Amino acid sequence: MNAVARSLWLAGSLGVAAGFVAVWHAVSAAGLVSPVFLPPPAAVGRALVNGFTNGDMLANLAATVARVFGGWLLASLLGIVLGVIIGISSRARIYVAPSLEAIRPLPVSALVPIFIGLLGFTEQMVLAVIAFGALWPTLLSTVHGFGAVEPRLYEVCRSLRLGRWEVIRKIALPSAMPDILAGMRVGLTVSLILVVVAEILGSREGVGYSILLAQRSYQAADIFAGIFLLGCVGYASAGLINIAEKRLIYWRR
Amino acid sequence: MRANQPVIAPSRMSQGFDPRNLVLPVVVFAIAEVLALAYVPADSFSLAAPHDVAVELVRHLADGTLMLATAQTLGAALSGLGLGGGLGLVFGVVLGLSPAADRLMSVTVETLRPIPPAALIPLSLLVYGFGLRMELAIIAFTTMWPVLVLTRAAIRETEPGLIEVARVLRLSAWRTATRIVLPGAVPRIFVAFRLAAAISLVVAVTVEVVANPRGLGYGMMLAAQSLHPAISFAFLVWIAIVGWCFNWSLVWLERQFFARRGAE
Repeated sequence: MNAVARSLWLAGSLGVAAGFVAVWHAVSAAGLVSPVFLPPPAAVGRALVNGFTNGDMLANLAATVARVFGGWLLASLLGIVLGVIIGISSRARIYVAPSLEAIRPLPVSALVPIFIGLLGFTEQMVLAVIAFGALWPTLLSTVHGFGAVEPRLYEVCRSLRLGRWEVIRKIALPSAMPDILAGMRVGLTVSLILVVVAEILGSREGVGYSILLAQRSYQAADIFAGIFLLGCVGYASAGLINIAEKRLIYWRR
Repeated sequence: MRANQPVIAPSRMSQGFDPRNLVLPVVVFAIAEVLALAYVPADSFSLAAPHDVAVELVRHLADGTLMLATAQTLGAALSGLGLGGGLGLVFGVVLGLSPAADRLMSVTVETLRPIPPAALIPLSLLVYGFGLRMELAIIAFTTMWPVLVLTRAAIRETEPGLIEVARVLRLSAWRTATRIVLPGAVPRIFVAFRLAAAISLVVAVTVEVVANPRGLGYGMMLAAQSLHPAISFAFLVWIAIVGWCFNWSLVWLERQFFARRGAE
């Protein structure tokens, strides 16, 4: 498909999205749904502008984004390091990996009350929750990626007399990279959910907590504005991972 | 699931049981028990010894508290999955069959999909109040997207040779869709539902922990807030067991239905 056709389709797609917003406006203007639940789109826009110019929306957004990325980076780093340690040794895979697999389905948000009990209503609690929750997908996919390395590559390494560190860096890590990135992508989604849960339960200032406060004071427009902002964070971070994927595993295409 | 959508570490359940798998959990529990006996006072507000957790687990299992909460959580997860997965299936089939519709909807889909489900809890609470409906709405919204995306991909990746066969046989578009494209996509759609089911349980517990006064998540939250760490850990262990069994049965179901594809 050439560039002109692509931008035409994009314009059409934007038009469809604008159409949905128009329907939303019409429904809200006609009073089909109570404005307590569904504010008109213009009110949401005003709430956003107002939040950024007069309120502390910017500070909230910065705090939430910092938590998401701080926790996620911590989790990814830990996940990759632990994953490499477990993945490179077939003995560790037998002893450790099944236990990790067994914990994986646990909904991490259930751990938030326990983290609060241990760390209190603190910033460390939020970071620990995110780091712990986002750790699993990256860790398990790194272990899996290392286990799935073509065995002949290891044989090649042996005949080239590569050291263990060189094998990891030159062969196993690049070969496991698609798995690792897929795990980190899931970890980012998990981080976004957990930051909201931790902010709400831990009463930490941020976009997630601002949505809760808006709900308590029946400010539907502010709720929608907060949801919109979190959606933007999700969209932007998924885009960043896409770029990283293209650059890091270009040799796959 | 082979192309495009990378799947995180496939299940290891097929590899059979090895007694060495149990070494780590046994060692961890033994260390936790020793540390708890040495350092955690019996009236701690945040930690509990494993044997106390085990006692509470058995007690709450025996008096039915855990069973009721499990039924509430799993019921919400599965009905939300039915609702959201059904919608995702319909949209996925439509968008998979019609590339034009897919391109026109792309901005709308890509705008709504990244919204973290936890952000919707306050909105759903405002609209529906406490109860099953607010939980269902969030689970349905969350599970709709993976089913939509994977169904769309499954349909689009129909073996081109089969489409040529359909053309040679002069099948109509409708017959091509119902006789060739959809049956070919069924196993991958099932995988989509399995992933969405796992997500549905996580979202159900999350909604209960954050807001909704029902189910396992709420039981856990209540125990933690009333400073009964042994009970809240017992709920946590039970949530882990339920999550594991739930995922295991989903994989088992998939095997039962699609045993022939196991050799791939």
